[in-house]
Amino acid sequence: MVRMTSHDQFAAIQSKVEAGQALCREEALFLLTKADLLQLGQLADEQRKVRHPSGQVSFVVDRNVNYSNVCNCKCRFCAFYCDEGDESAYLLEYDEIFAKVQELVEHGGTQLLMQGGVHPTLTIEWFEELFRQLGQRFPTVQIHSLSPAEIIQIAQLSSLTVKQCLQRLQAAGLKSIPGGGAEVLVDEVRKAISPNKIGWRQWADVMEQAHELGMQTTATMMFGSCETDEQIVEHLFRVREIQQRSGGFTAFISWSFQPDNTDLGGETATGCDYLRVLALSRLVLDNIENIQASWVTQGAELAQVALRFGANDLGGTMLEENVVAAAGVSFRMTQQQLIEVARGAGFTPVRRTTGYDVLEIY
Amino acid sequence: MSNIVAQVREKVAQGQRISDDDALQLFKSDDLFGIGQLAAEVNRKKNGDQVLFNVNRHLNYTNFCVNQCKFCAFCHQAGEAGGYTYNLSEILNKAAVANAAGATELHMVGGLHPELPFEFYLRMMATIKANNPQMKIKAFTAVEIDYFAKISELPVEEVISELKRLGLDSTPGGGAEILGAEVRNQICPEKISGERWLEVTEKIHNGGLKSNATMLYGHVEKYADRVDHMSRLRTLQDKTGGFQAFIPLAFQPDNTRIPDAKGPDGIDSLKTLAISRIYLDNFQHIKAYWVMLGLKIAQVALAFGVNDLDGTVVEEKIGHDAGADSPQELDKSEILRQIRKAGKVPVERNTHYEQVKVYTAEDSDGQND
Repeated sequence: MVRMTSHDQFAAIQSKVEAGQALCREEALFLLTKADLLQLGQLADEQRKVRHPSGQVSFVVDRNVNYSNVCNCKCRFCAFYCDEGDESAYLLEYDEIFAKVQELVEHGGTQLLMQGGVHPTLTIEWFEELFRQLGQRFPTVQIHSLSPAEIIQIAQLSSLTVKQCLQRLQAAGLKSIPGGGAEVLVDEVRKAISPNKIGWRQWADVMEQAHELGMQTTATMMFGSCETDEQIVEHLFRVREIQQRSGGFTAFISWSFQPDNTDLGGETATGCDYLRVLALSRLVLDNIENIQASWVTQGAELAQVALRFGANDLGGTMLEENVVAAAGVSFRMTQQQLIEVARGAGFTPVRRTTGYDVLEIY
Repeated sequence: MSNIVAQVREKVAQGQRISDDDALQLFKSDDLFGIGQLAAEVNRKKNGDQVLFNVNRHLNYTNFCVNQCKFCAFCHQAGEAGGYTYNLSEILNKAAVANAAGATELHMVGGLHPELPFEFYLRMMATIKANNPQMKIKAFTAVEIDYFAKISELPVEEVISELKRLGLDSTPGGGAEILGAEVRNQICPEKISGERWLEVTEKIHNGGLKSNATMLYGHVEKYADRVDHMSRLRTLQDKTGGFQAFIPLAFQPDNTRIPDAKGPDGIDSLKTLAISRIYLDNFQHIKAYWVMLGLKIAQVALAFGVNDLDGTVVEEKIGHDAGADSPQELDKSEILRQIRKAGKVPVERNTHYEQVKVYTAEDSDGQND
């Protein structure tokens, strides 16, 4: 058998991608580990252009509200969680949450990304009442909240099935679900970094059921802790397969593990690592429309470069962010800076809704 | 590939030098990948897969400066709160710490101090060298050398030869900013002219010392000013061959006094590094100075024609006073990891760009050797 050179192998993959054929795991692994960084980036950039020929780069005006830092999971990569009795433990009152959302509205915000810890005692009634009141007070803000691990916890504490839980939350005003807590969707990795958190099948199950109920969600990946390259590839293919079944992912967001103040510690992924994962996600996830660049973990400069490596979205303005900041990274960007980053890369910046409808072109 | 990149590629393939207009068109082009790939090819021919770094320490001996450049957040006027000058024993302590930590180079630049006499610098040079004979001293920009000539009323040549005699091994490339007069008048009106910077640098080279050349970009300058700047450097390099590395410095806007200047964005920095690699055909080394670029962009730049990641640094003040959010120092092991993760081979160099050690995949940071 003739062994293909790296150059031939890339060329073969490139023709598949350009013909609209899906990649296999081996090809993805080659791209992640062996392909020339600029060739990989260029291929992802071309696919981004095919899918988003308008040359628009979008962002949403949003705020993270972390209603509580009390968490049962105690993931080893996390610098945010507390035990219930800890001095720094908190649970926000409804009024505190309303004040934060009021600020968001005053900044023209349209998305509330509310996540907590996986709280040991809060049952569904607390969330239902909160969402109803939020909906009445702030009808222009989309409630994009509660990751799958929280949904499962709420269901269990309230003796509900996942479906019943999602239906009740939806009826109370939950419109869409963020894709957090996916980490790496391989249980071997999860056992090492988040042993108390739901397994990958449960994460997938919540997402698929949400999609079936007509709720859109995103999907994420936190890489750069202790997973292998093969496991990164596996994660991407699992997300792709879920999307083939239920079709409700609006966007994929990868970010890198931030080690400060975490139990896991160690190093963070390099700039090249990030761009490779990002570009690969655009190429493998040919059934997901939007790929986000993570300025929160990568900074404005690299996030801008990511817009040429396959990303078409800058995520949110994040009026408030606590979780990544707790792990030692505190990049901040204003809406104007996001606009300038997109323009500087040659794109037309647009403000969007959670569902990726364009609200304003700049 | 865009037309301009194809044209430039053709010229490069035929061993032709690219023109100022070619460089300007590259700056205006959005063909990030075409430019990056061409720069990477040019670099591969010159330097293979090796990426250089050194183990160094910065020592900014004073932040008092008779110039008040608008892009600078480091300078203090005489008597201003926050100003400092290290005395000789503090300087020696810092040099000793650097030496003990394995630094092969002391990188020393400061403000133009209003009162210190030239003898102070001579004594500083002589005592650092006497106490740390094996550590190379890279110190004093052309701006400082010119200033020493003024305060000592000696010819520049003599200032250089005296410093060299007492231990100066090379000079950094600072103070070049943008060499064109129009930009210089806006951002650093009190500083020596671009012509004078080139003249002093030529004397440094003729005096037997190598230097680097920097370019501060991302403030008020236009692409044409960057090309003009690089053109003057290329011309001087043809004449003296005394430049080791070209180091574009990403302007950091915090605490500075240039209205509306924001600093370059990530793509601009990568393009600038790549274009400098293609245009400066007589420079062996293009350096990504991570202190100003941030580590992530500096590492990605290794795929855009860069072959030098500067050093471990330690205690850098000038970029950080202007808001650079990079760390204060890097472990050698972290530099090795960054270079390897970019698919390159780390090579430790000394001040004179001689190899100290090539790190194979198995080598650790060498601290347990």
